[in-house]
Amino acid sequence: MSQPLIEFQSVEKRFGDTVIFKDFNFSVEEGEIVSIIGPSGSGKSTLLRILMTLEGIEGGGVNVAGEPLWHKRTPNGLVPADKKHLHKMRHHLGMVFQHFNLFPHMSVKRNITEAPMRVQGKSKVEAEAIADELLELVGMTDKADMYPNELSGGQKQRVGIARALAMKPAILLLDEITSALDPELVDEVLDVIRNLAKKHSFTMLLVTHEMYFAREISDRVCFFDQGAIVEEGEPEQIFTAPKEERTQAFLNAYMSQ
Amino acid sequence: MNGFDWDWQFTLEVLPTILEAAKVTLMATLLGSCLAIIVGLAFALLRRSGFFLIRFITYWIVEFVRSTPLLVQIFFLYYVMPEFGVSMSPLLTGVLALGLHYGAYLSEVFRSGIDGVEKGQWEAARALNLSIFDTYKDIVLPQALRPMIPATGNYIIAMFKETPQLSAITLLEMLQVAKIIGSENFRYLEPFTLVGMLYLLFSLVAAYGIHCVERHFPKEGITLK
Repeated sequence: MSQPLIEFQSVEKRFGDTVIFKDFNFSVEEGEIVSIIGPSGSGKSTLLRILMTLEGIEGGGVNVAGEPLWHKRTPNGLVPADKKHLHKMRHHLGMVFQHFNLFPHMSVKRNITEAPMRVQGKSKVEAEAIADELLELVGMTDKADMYPNELSGGQKQRVGIARALAMKPAILLLDEITSALDPELVDEVLDVIRNLAKKHSFTMLLVTHEMYFAREISDRVCFFDQGAIVEEGEPEQIFTAPKEERTQAFLNAYMSQ
Repeated sequence: MNGFDWDWQFTLEVLPTILEAAKVTLMATLLGSCLAIIVGLAFALLRRSGFFLIRFITYWIVEFVRSTPLLVQIFFLYYVMPEFGVSMSPLLTGVLALGLHYGAYLSEVFRSGIDGVEKGQWEAARALNLSIFDTYKDIVLPQALRPMIPATGNYIIAMFKETPQLSAITLLEMLQVAKIIGSENFRYLEPFTLVGMLYLLFSLVAAYGIHCVERHFPKEGITLK
């Protein structure tokens, strides 16, 4: 049996006195597309942020590609990860943010070439070739020289996706990537993800409020509440025949909107 | 000689000497500003270090430098350091003292500028695996720069106006030269007035320059190629 690509083992996460996760277990197989749904404040985004090393953990362990993320293996057992280890582990992951977090002082193209040039030491020519390819993929070729403040929200997010892909991560984390968009701009962004899901063998972990999209794209849907997975399963089952009462209540409230 | 009798002949006679000294004043300000910016940035970054001890020590150095008079620092560098085998020319001492003193002030300006950069920018940089160095150089500092310009400019003008303190260690800057001219000729009105006017002129020009820099600086920051 192959090892899961992502594995949370008895993870504990607190913000001060607020417990987010306690004895939290979760895993994702390679190539799997997993959607996380649930009410806000249930720890959905925190899960992604822990994986992207934006948030530490207080207990337990997280494995990515068979290696501990927040710890380093030494002859004397696991020790907390140092910068070098985190730097190495981050190569597996890419993240797209709810509020885009594009670099406002850089052109669209420069946003994408920054990391390949600085982190992977690629030449400007190489990095721009990657950027051109990705801009085509997200349909932004004609906006390459514009600045983020000249773009619509949907366009910004497409650049955000291209920027994350430039580092060729094995795992793509999508943190409510359409939540900050006007409704009419949501589809252009989701189309990009649909395309990615079809053409490439990414492992994708997405936190979303777009239920139809989650149903359409996912291999598995997890319903989160209060830092725990209340129910998980194939999208058809979750959306048409949820077993848990809390899932039913959440979906009912959502669909009636 | 009593009352107000302005002597134009004398004014024109001493003007070249005072302008010559103005070069020293400007030189001290320019070099002092460069040093202050470097020192200020270094202090600001050290204040954000991951190590408590470094943050703690930097905090107290900055507090110490800000809370002691510039003149004491100038005297200390000029008269006490030679006892430890470090002697410097008046100009070098002045530049060092001004750089250190105003560097401490500027570190607070830089710190708040850096703090003003959105958290999401740091997170994006981290998600892209940029090193801390590249994060500061390419992402954070370019965006922090613009809000820092007015306060930095004010401190540089303040520094310029404090250069007369360097006359205390015999640096031949404008005021010192004016005083010498005055005592040699028993006329103080013209040299001191000239010095005052020159200070006013330079300050106004500098303030306007800073205003222009700020206005033409891109709102989003600048990109290194």
